[in-house]
Amino acid sequence: MAVLIDKNTRVLVQGITGREGEFHTRQMLDYGTQVVAGVTPGKGGQEVLGVPVFDTVKQAVSATGADASVIFVPAPFAADAVLEAADAGIRLIVCITEGIPVQDMVKTVALVRQKGVRLIGPNCPGMMTAGQCKIGIMPGNIFTPGPVGLISRSGTLTYEIVDLLTKAGLGQSTCIGIGGDPVLGSTFVDLLPLFEEDPDTQAMVLVGEIGGSDEEIAAEYIRTMRKPVIGFISGRTAPPGKRMGHAGAIISGRTGTPQAKVDALRSAGVPVADALYEIPALVKQALTNRT
Amino acid sequence: MKIHEYQAKEVLARYGVAVPRGRVASTPEEARAIAQELGGRVVVKAQVHAGGRGKAGGIRLADTPEQAEQHARALIGSRLVTPQAPQGVPVHKVLVEEAISIAQEYYLGITLDRARQRDVVMVSAMGGMDIEQVAEEHPDAIVKVWVEPWQGLMPYQARQALYDAGIAREAVSTATRFLLALYKAYVGSDASLAEINPFVLTTDGQCLAADAKLNIDDNALFRHPEFGEYKEESEEDPIEAEAHRRGIQYVRLGGDIGIIGNGAGLVMSTLDEVSRAGGKPANFLDIGGGAKADLVRNALEIVLMDPNVKGVLFNVFGGITRGDEVAKGILEGIHSLQVQVPIVIRLAGTRAEEGLALLQGTGLIPAVTMQEAARKIVEVTR
Repeated sequence: MAVLIDKNTRVLVQGITGREGEFHTRQMLDYGTQVVAGVTPGKGGQEVLGVPVFDTVKQAVSATGADASVIFVPAPFAADAVLEAADAGIRLIVCITEGIPVQDMVKTVALVRQKGVRLIGPNCPGMMTAGQCKIGIMPGNIFTPGPVGLISRSGTLTYEIVDLLTKAGLGQSTCIGIGGDPVLGSTFVDLLPLFEEDPDTQAMVLVGEIGGSDEEIAAEYIRTMRKPVIGFISGRTAPPGKRMGHAGAIISGRTGTPQAKVDALRSAGVPVADALYEIPALVKQALTNRT
Repeated sequence: MKIHEYQAKEVLARYGVAVPRGRVASTPEEARAIAQELGGRVVVKAQVHAGGRGKAGGIRLADTPEQAEQHARALIGSRLVTPQAPQGVPVHKVLVEEAISIAQEYYLGITLDRARQRDVVMVSAMGGMDIEQVAEEHPDAIVKVWVEPWQGLMPYQARQALYDAGIAREAVSTATRFLLALYKAYVGSDASLAEINPFVLTTDGQCLAADAKLNIDDNALFRHPEFGEYKEESEEDPIEAEAHRRGIQYVRLGGDIGIIGNGAGLVMSTLDEVSRAGGKPANFLDIGGGAKADLVRNALEIVLMDPNVKGVLFNVFGGITRGDEVAKGILEGIHSLQVQVPIVIRLAGTRAEEGLALLQGTGLIPAVTMQEAARKIVEVTR
């Protein structure tokens, strides 16, 4: 079954007529994702790459039965787009858009959580169920189906790790980029239980970075998990107070330090790789111990 | 974006937050004129982003306009060395304010609580000192109240927090109005931090922001054209300022190995890897997703503006970013910038092979993995 998305997922693209929206719609279609509708207000009735475009999400859902949405709408309008999708009954929303004001996300995340809608992102590369469905902007060719699940705060670092896993003969179940912003629709601890229950996932890789305390909170949950988790934390040499690109990647005061995260994960029994290339061996080890 | 105290006070005053009378000065003469206008004793305060200003001599009391001018002369153009900025930060302006007579010093702060995904308002009767130290030594002395996102801070919450924190009872109603105005300013200006420390109760019963710190969410600047003029002054490093003008994510780190990559996480990991190999990164630079050749060229130029850079490491794992575009940008950069330092390049992912083919026979040092790239750049710059 995999986590959240599979070959039956019917995807809607909000902002499909934009440059990014159209480019990645093509990539998603090429991967075999069922992109059933697009939405751009004012462009209803058009087609993009054979996909029908609607003016509102509501129209798109009632005409096509879309059950997941991916958002490429520019930052000033992205929070509104998430709320529109949630209101139209979409259950899984993946927001790729970078640069959304934090206050917009505080309100949006509170509302989608209350409605029980799953939001991934914003400022994220999206998610993949290897060989079945790609939602977002990850390069499909590096993935191969297999038993390893992955949750990451970083995009390109995810590609790097997936590539290492694939080259080491370790395929993936579902990979989710949760995003680099301080306020996220889904954090590690929101998603780990789904992988724990997923029969296709045998081991997990958790890719964290400096800033916030999501890794520490995840460590507490991992203590209760049956499946093995391998950790990695980026930004171990980053100086305090400097924002490293991601709005969330900043060590402020005494919170968010890499050492605290590594310590929390290790004390929960998670092997933490010091360098990326160590990850495949640790995953193999964990899979061997399990069987 | 961090803004200066005088700018924060300008913003806060617009929302009805009570601040001492005063104005900013760029010259000693201006400082004198402002002191004259205010009458009586004034404080002259260096406008720098580093904390611990007072202890470093950046806040000076003046009894006369002449004295205010002298203090301003000493401060403007100097470098203020504080515990947070041991190498010193340049002082370009001073804030000249009426001296206030302090009865009590408190603390007010509003910021995002990431774990709870909502704003938190903090009140403490232990003002005027480092709040992180208070948090560590007397955690009970900081009262916290969380704000419902669609509701905002309610008057009862402000009142309750102020009573619970032990603010003088007779000051609570004035302080409640102050705190609600501060919250309005925090929301209205898309702040990520609003901090009043000390929050002063004066001997004649007023509540005033003796100091003010306001950080603005960079993502929200598009809807605040009024902060455009603050942007320039928020930059302290000239190379960082130039990079941001060109739309490039660059942070100067002080080492001698220039780093360029795509994606914040990958670049951070590259810094880690170079450090593990025994090198010292000069910077963080993220070209982002889908970078075109001219952006790559620009990135190289920015990194080389740092005279300490002895070599550059490119680490690109292409998803949307294409390896051949990156290679073109590097080649353009090498020719137009007449690069003298060694460059190690690691390209993977989308069109990496095409990119590497373009770079053959150029004297660039190729690497297959991030680890190998880090080792090579450390070797050639040693």
